[in-house]
Amino acid sequence: MMRRHLGFIAFVGLLGVCPLVLPEFYVTLLNYIGLSALVTLGVVLLTGVGGLTSFGQAAFVGLGAYSTAFLTTATDLPLWVAPFAGSPWIALLAGLLLTGVVALVLGFLTLRLSGHYLPLGTIAWGISLYFLFGNLDFLGGFTGISGIPVLSVVGIELRSGRAFYYLIWIVVLVAVRVIQNLLDSREGRAIRALQGGTLMAEAMGVDTARAKMIVFVLAAFLACVSGWLYAHLQRFINPTPFGLQVGIEYLFMAVIGGAAHVWGAVVGAAAFTILKQWLQDWLPSLLGSSGSYEVIVLGVLLVVMLQRAREGLWPVLARLVPDTKQPITFEVTEVSPRNPILALGTELLDCRNVRKEFGGLVANDDMSLLVGAGEIVALIGPNGAGKSTMFNVVSGVWPLTSGEVRFRGERVDGMGARQIARRGMSRSFQHVRLLPCMSVLENVAIGAHGRGRAGVLAACLHTERREEREILSFAAAQIERVGLGEFMVAPAGSLPLGQQRILEIARALCANPSLLLLDEPAAGLRYLEKQALGELLRRLREEGIGILLVEHDMDFVMGLVDRCVVMEFGQKIAEGLPAEVQANPAVLAAYLGGAL
Amino acid sequence: MSGVAPVLEVRDLCAGYGRVEALHHVDLVVGSGQIVTVIGANGAGKTTLLSAIMGLVGRSRGSMFYEGVDESESELEKLVALGMILVPEKRELFGAMSVADNLLLGGYARHCQGYRDEAKSLVDEVFGIFPRLRERRLQASATLSGGERQMLALGRALMGKPKLLMLDEPSLGLAPLIVREIFLIIEKLRQKGVSILLVEQNARAALQLADYAYVLETGEVAMEGSACELAADPKMIASYLGLAGGQ
Amino acid sequence: MDLQVALLLGQDGLTNGAIYALLALALVLVFAVTRVVFIPQGEFVAFGALTLASFQADKTPGTLWLLLAAGGLVSLFEVGAALRRRKLGLVAPTLLWNLAYPALAAAIAVLGHPVAWPLAFQVLLSLALVVPLGPMVYRLAFQPLAEASVLVLLIVAVAVHLVLVGLGLLIFGAEGSRTPPFSEASFEIGSIAVNGQTVWVLVASLVLVGSLFVFFDRTLRGKALRATALNRTGARLMGISTVKAGKQAFMLAALIGAFSGVLIAPITTIYYDSGFLIGLKGFVGAIVGGLTSYPIAAAGAVLVGLLESYSSFWASAFKEVIVFTLIIPVLLWRSLKSQDIDEHQ
Repeated sequence: MMRRHLGFIAFVGLLGVCPLVLPEFYVTLLNYIGLSALVTLGVVLLTGVGGLTSFGQAAFVGLGAYSTAFLTTATDLPLWVAPFAGSPWIALLAGLLLTGVVALVLGFLTLRLSGHYLPLGTIAWGISLYFLFGNLDFLGGFTGISGIPVLSVVGIELRSGRAFYYLIWIVVLVAVRVIQNLLDSREGRAIRALQGGTLMAEAMGVDTARAKMIVFVLAAFLACVSGWLYAHLQRFINPTPFGLQVGIEYLFMAVIGGAAHVWGAVVGAAAFTILKQWLQDWLPSLLGSSGSYEVIVLGVLLVVMLQRAREGLWPVLARLVPDTKQPITFEVTEVSPRNPILALGTELLDCRNVRKEFGGLVANDDMSLLVGAGEIVALIGPNGAGKSTMFNVVSGVWPLTSGEVRFRGERVDGMGARQIARRGMSRSFQHVRLLPCMSVLENVAIGAHGRGRAGVLAACLHTERREEREILSFAAAQIERVGLGEFMVAPAGSLPLGQQRILEIARALCANPSLLLLDEPAAGLRYLEKQALGELLRRLREEGIGILLVEHDMDFVMGLVDRCVVMEFGQKIAEGLPAEVQANPAVLAAYLGGAL
Repeated sequence: MSGVAPVLEVRDLCAGYGRVEALHHVDLVVGSGQIVTVIGANGAGKTTLLSAIMGLVGRSRGSMFYEGVDESESELEKLVALGMILVPEKRELFGAMSVADNLLLGGYARHCQGYRDEAKSLVDEVFGIFPRLRERRLQASATLSGGERQMLALGRALMGKPKLLMLDEPSLGLAPLIVREIFLIIEKLRQKGVSILLVEQNARAALQLADYAYVLETGEVAMEGSACELAADPKMIASYLGLAGGQ
Repeated sequence: MDLQVALLLGQDGLTNGAIYALLALALVLVFAVTRVVFIPQGEFVAFGALTLASFQADKTPGTLWLLLAAGGLVSLFEVGAALRRRKLGLVAPTLLWNLAYPALAAAIAVLGHPVAWPLAFQVLLSLALVVPLGPMVYRLAFQPLAEASVLVLLIVAVAVHLVLVGLGLLIFGAEGSRTPPFSEASFEIGSIAVNGQTVWVLVASLVLVGSLFVFFDRTLRGKALRATALNRTGARLMGISTVKAGKQAFMLAALIGAFSGVLIAPITTIYYDSGFLIGLKGFVGAIVGGLTSYPIAAAGAVLVGLLESYSSFWASAFKEVIVFTLIIPVLLWRSLKSQDIDEHQ
């Protein structure tokens, strides 16, 4: 336990001593490193963890800085702003409020954008806000605002850089801890699940739009606080440090430090700031003219890093420090299921005349389907018959064109995947959707998202540990249930494909479903593994869970299921007991080719 | 394997992804005009083997002779131009392009060798084999059904005038009826003199078709022999044929 | 604003819009083939313009040194790679293109006394110096990352942009330049004076757009480029070299960029860093086209030019704010439209 914290304690000790022994110049440098680290922490959260890239964080720094500069220096303020004026602390609150509002609006507009559109959007608003700062007269235009008051904390005036140093680094350390806490929680797993695509996360009951907004607003808050500190440290601001160029630099810092790691933000900010300072001193004299030539070296460095060492510096450093990651603690205990076990034969899923069109193409036509509790139904048919489409329509990924879907008596067509998942329908995917770098346990725990109630604040402060233990225990129990107990802490990506499919079943079970939708669960499994899977599904059936599965392996299907529904060209061509279906001439012609 | 000149000879091949080696010291020979099949469970390294032969995956060791010439260091483009053509497991069609354009690009490797003049007759030949593709020639390939996609992938490969055709799991995800059709076409291609290296999970079907077979297990050749021998081998029956199911 | 002013602004907007449209097309092309969001596009605009300006001022353009250095670096890498594979014979064409060609171009530029040449030849020599930089940049920065995600490539593109801006400052200095127009002619249509450069810009843009369309829709090589854009593995298995496709795309983009620079240099003063904003405006247009559709991208870019022109009249201080804020509703609209695609396999 002590060893794990040793590196951290040494680091904090070193930080504490620095301003006492270092000359002014280096203290200033460390101050800037701290301020950058704060913003970069937000970039790590956005980019490395959430998979959203932003070049525009500098604009949020600007919002924080300009809010406090304006409110603490302006004299004749309009009446409605006047109460916020004067105190830097009230200005901080006002800045956070403003940043929150702007982030919510920008987030609403740009977070829906997938892939590379988001970073392009951030470039656009990064430029827009910069020109806005520079062109608004009440913000001093491109000359800026001076005479920002000195900050005082508990009566101590932070007039010098040395005094300010402690405030900056305490804020950085607190922020690092809070973000670490957040990531190691239910909400954090939901955020990390974003990298696996929204389809999987939504099917596990995660509100992905909300998760994206959380990281976006948090990153903006971190930038805003950094801007507030900057304004009171410098006591003068102009638009330059809030332009796109600086926004790009924050992203560089994250990449250099290691965008997937919280400490990467601090390492990256330090490495980048020191290197830039050094280059700015040396390059102009070397090249014989003044200008910002350091970008040439820094740019080349970044390209080389992305080509050769994309993980950044932190993983290299982390190897020197013994195991900084907290071991996951859990115990395997049976937790009572949330959904009551239903009596055998209770109707679970009832699809009536479902029709789904893509453009003019009819993928499902007049499909009706019944699944009861404690029943396994197979959906079979040739490729392209519309089985996967049916799955996606039933689970709410796609809206249907006409018809209705009832789940436990309630109309669910028109609901999104998330709402349906929360009602007790859980699924696996034809193409495995796991987070390969996360442990098996954490992957499965994503499935239990709906079990928790604790919010972001509780997660940041780790006041939800009881709930977290319960979730992990329940997840561990599901892993034992499917027989993957020995791989509990292994990265999910290290399992063979067949077992990754089983892992997906455990994740689906973690949602405590009354109905399971399994898309080709036996594909890629060896004979014995298939038998084990069959056993598992039979046990689930005995517990009263309904199962609808798509499968190609006829031997597997025939020995296992209660009923078969056969599809061709989007329609149901036969339904009945496996033996009946096998003898059905229409099925033989369409699917089995008369061979059997 | 005696009596037939080899079209492909792979010696001591090691290959993998990054630092992970997935293939260990594989030796493999495809005789001219033969169908040679590689059988194995999922993750045994079958796809990696084909990718390593084509140079899609880094080779860390070994040599490769094609029609008697050492091509170990040759670029993928050169191999394709020489008639070594792979139909990958995922088909890899150009989804937004029409069936006709997909076919046309199949012979791109020979664009400096008078391909333009023969392209039309080659397309007609492919339409002769797969009449369904003619009906859909103006349709975007992304709108085809699974079976039609496999036909297009095969047809596109034929446009490259293959001497050695490598097929990765041509039956994967297809209904048995279409699988049989595809296998019939593979047999016909062999009769036309195309050598075929067939990777297949359905061991029974593959052995019925092939002259010679290799069994891959965890990246190594575990067994090899003529298809008839292997089909009768008790160890083979226990671990592969017993569970092939389907046909 | 009277009609006269409106028409004048419209003419300005259209001219700039045509340039943006060219850049938008190049961006769409590069993105489709290589998945690189080509942020450094603007630097090629600046390099093209400033190289031509150097010739006219009877100075040796700095792009020359850049070309020699980049060519040398590429050669070094290629020889290294060939040595590792023990196939030195294959590097001959590379050396020809990366060492011999730049040396030849340098000799012509230094000894040929281009200041006395007609403008058209100066333009050609400028393009000859700048355009090969495109494939070289691809070779050095992007080719080793061909399999990386779009986001990684985007970050690299931003880094390359910064490197090129820094180099631009180093080789051209901080002063801006303007070049004489292609044509001094000016004529009247109705009540409005149309100057020759505007006609040049519009005609050149239309010709380029038309030839791109023919290239991609009718030729085997163009289709091969499109195929690479759609499915890299599939293209490779057909014997289409993705490396060559990438270099071709970057070459076309550099050509379009440098040519745009030459076209726009008589209209506005170009500084070493002017390219970025010009490129970004082309970008807004390209994004309107979803980075995939050439005609919509071109139309979007013309719209950006007009918007910029009219907003500079009404609210000139907020011109940039207005242009770049336009991108957000456009992006929103695009993402709403393409929502399903993300989730398809």
